[in-house]
Amino acid sequence: MSDPPVKPEVGQPFGIQVPKTLTPARLGIGRTGGSLTTREILDFDLAHARARDAVLQHWDLDGFENALKLSKSSQLREWPRLRLASGAGNRAVYLKRPDFGRRLAREAAALLKVQPQCCDVAVIVSDGLSAQAASHQAGLVLDHLIQAVVAKGWSLAPLLLVPYARVGISDPIGSALNCRASVILLGERPGLATPESLGAYFTYEPRPGRTDADRNCISNIHADGQKPSQAATMIVATIEAAFRLGKGGVDLSIAMSEPGNRSD
Amino acid sequence: MPEYVARVGSRSYRFESLGELLAKATPARSGDELAGVAAPDNETRLAARRALAEVPLKRFLEEPLIDPAIDDVSRLIFDQHRPEAFAAIEHLTVGEFRDWLLDYDTTGEVLQGVAWGITPEMAAAVSKLMRNQDLILAASKIRNVTAFRDTIGLPGRISVRLQPNHPTDHPQAIAATIAEGLLYGCGDAVIGINPATDDLSNTMRLLSLMESIITRFEIPTQSCVLAHVTTQMQAMKRGAPVDLVFQSIAGTQAANSSFGVTLGMLDEARVMAIELRRGTVGQNCMYFETGQGSCLSADAHHGLDQQTCEARAYAVARRYEPLLVNTVVGFIGPEYLFDGRQILRAGLEDHFCGKLLGLPMGCDICYTNHAEADPNDSDNLLGLLGMAGCNYVMGVPGTDDIMLGYQSTSFHDVHFLRQTLGLRPAPEFEDWLVRMGLTDSQGRLAEGRSERLTAICSELVSIAE
Repeated sequence: MSDPPVKPEVGQPFGIQVPKTLTPARLGIGRTGGSLTTREILDFDLAHARARDAVLQHWDLDGFENALKLSKSSQLREWPRLRLASGAGNRAVYLKRPDFGRRLAREAAALLKVQPQCCDVAVIVSDGLSAQAASHQAGLVLDHLIQAVVAKGWSLAPLLLVPYARVGISDPIGSALNCRASVILLGERPGLATPESLGAYFTYEPRPGRTDADRNCISNIHADGQKPSQAATMIVATIEAAFRLGKGGVDLSIAMSEPGNRSD
Repeated sequence: MPEYVARVGSRSYRFESLGELLAKATPARSGDELAGVAAPDNETRLAARRALAEVPLKRFLEEPLIDPAIDDVSRLIFDQHRPEAFAAIEHLTVGEFRDWLLDYDTTGEVLQGVAWGITPEMAAAVSKLMRNQDLILAASKIRNVTAFRDTIGLPGRISVRLQPNHPTDHPQAIAATIAEGLLYGCGDAVIGINPATDDLSNTMRLLSLMESIITRFEIPTQSCVLAHVTTQMQAMKRGAPVDLVFQSIAGTQAANSSFGVTLGMLDEARVMAIELRRGTVGQNCMYFETGQGSCLSADAHHGLDQQTCEARAYAVARRYEPLLVNTVVGFIGPEYLFDGRQILRAGLEDHFCGKLLGLPMGCDICYTNHAEADPNDSDNLLGLLGMAGCNYVMGVPGTDDIMLGYQSTSFHDVHFLRQTLGLRPAPEFEDWLVRMGLTDSQGRLAEGRSERLTAICSELVSIAE
C-alpha cells in the first residue's frame, strides 16, 4: 500500500504546508521575524487552556450518576453503584502523590468488606487526570460494556465510582472483593488534541503487588480516537481471553497474538 | 553516631548520613516529598544546607552514598576519580567550593582542569548551596565542545536538536517535519527521532531516511534514532547508517537495569559506533538523555534525592565522551517537579552539574499538561540557559510533540536567543544555512516564497516516498 504523494508547498504562511491527515504536527504555522504569530499563540494557548481546565476540573459525581439513571439501557440504570474515596483527598494531593491515588481511604476499604465477595468482574470509574473524559466518555463505554458482560453471564460487583484514583487502586479493590478481574476507566493526561481522552486498564486477578506488566491497556478513547463502543468490545474480548487462558498483562497479550488463541 | 550537625538558633539538627544531608539540603520539590526524603520544613532545610557547607569535599571520597558492592555506578564514580585533578580543590569544604567556583580567578580552563577530580555527589552538593544566578554564572564559564559533522558548544553558539517525531513513524510526515525544521535553521545538534515502535526494521528504515536527506543536501549534522541501545547495535550489525548511539541513562545500577541497560552494553555500542568512522570533524558518537525522578520512578533511588541521583547519571555519561547529553527536565510529571518554578531550578542544576563534570550539556525544556507550567515557564528557562551557555535545546513544531505527548521548545524558540543574546548555530551548519539560502549572514530566516526553498522541500519529502 503506498501513500498518496505529498506536495509540500512553501509560502505564506512561512513553512511547509502538508495535509493534516498526513500529520497533526504544527507545521506551516508561520512566523513574525523569528517568533510565533499572534494567531498561533492564541491557537496554542486555547488548546493548553482546555487541557489545564480538564486537569483541574472537579468531577461532578452527582451529574455522572444522574446521567446513568437516565440511560436508555435498563441494565445500566439498574446496576448498583458505590462511591469510594481514594487516599488522595483533593486535586493538589492527587497530582503530587500518585501513591495515595493507588490506595483506598480507610472508610472505603470498610465499605468494600461488606459487599458480596467473589464476583467475576469489578468495574471502576475515576476522573483521573481528566474529569471531562470520565463525564463524557465513561458512560458510553459502560453502556456497551454492561450489555456484553451480562450476555456473557459474568457476575458483576457494584459499579465503583472513585474520584482521584490511579490505575493501581484496582489491586486493593480486587483484593477486598476477591474478584477475578477488574477494569478501571479513567481520564488520561490531557493532550493538546483533546482534553477528554479516556483510558481503560484491565487487570486479571487484581491483588496488591501487581505491576504495569500485569495489566492490559486500551488508551485514547474519545470521539476522534478509539470509539467507546469499540473499546468496550476490546475490553470484553480481553476479559474473555484472560478467563480462558488464566493470565493477564504482557503474558496475555503474547498469548492472544498467537494464532491458535485468537477468538476473532 | 550522627555525623552531621548544625545549630540554628537554639535548636540542634542532626543528619545521620551524607545521603540524608544532601536530600534535606535540596530545594523543595515534589519528587523528594514523594520519596519521603525531603526536609520536613524550611528551617530543617536551612540547617541541612549549613551542615553541608561545612563538609569537606574529601568526605565524599570516604562515604559512598550507595554501597559500591551493589551498584556499578558507585564503582564507576570511584574509578573515575583523578587525585591529580582533585589536588586544586581537595582542601575545600562544600561551602568554600561554591565561593571558589564564583571567584574571578576560577576560569573555564581552571574548571575543566578539575572536572575529573569532582565526583557527581560533590557537584550535586555544591549546587544545593547555589542560587539560580550562581548556577548560571559558574556554568557559563565552562565550554565543553564536542564534534561529529559539526562543532557543538563553542562560545557564542547554541544548537538545536530537530525532533521530527510522529505517532506512527510515517516517513513522509517525518520528512516534512525535518524540512520545516531546516527552514527554521534548526538541526545542528542532531536530527533525532524518538521512534513510536522500537523494532529493528523500523529503526533501520528511519536511519536510512535521514541518511538520504543528510547526504543529498550535504548537511553538516548527524542523525539518531532514539531506540533502545540494543536495537541500535543490531542495526549497526546489519550495516545501518548509525551516526550517534542513543540511550536514556540514570544514576543507579538498578535504575539503568530498569531501562534494560548495562555499562558493558554501552561500552560495546560505543566501540561499534566509533569503528564506523562516520564523523568528519570529530568522533564524539554517543547521545544520552537523563532526567530528575527516573531513579525514584524505577524504585531504584536508594533513599537519595532525585537531583543527586541525576548528577550520578553524568558519571555514566562522561565515560563515553558523548557528543550530546541533555536532561529532559519537565517530562516526568508534577509528582517529580511540580510547577514551572521547580522545573526551572532543576534545569539550571542539571545543566550546571553536567557542565562541571565535563559534559556537553543541552536541555529539553519541557512540561506536561498536568504540571503547573506553561510556555512562559519554558521561555524563562530558555533565556536563563542561553545565558548559562547551554550547548543545545530542542526544536519541535509549535512545541507540541505529537508522539510523546508533551510540550517542548519550538523551532522558533532558538531565534529568541539568537536575537536577544546574539547566539549563532554551530559554525559548519551556519555556513551551510547561508550557502543554501535558508538564512542570511545575520541569521535571519529567508523569505518563504522562494522557488528554491519550495524545490528543496519537495525533493526532501519525495526522498521519503
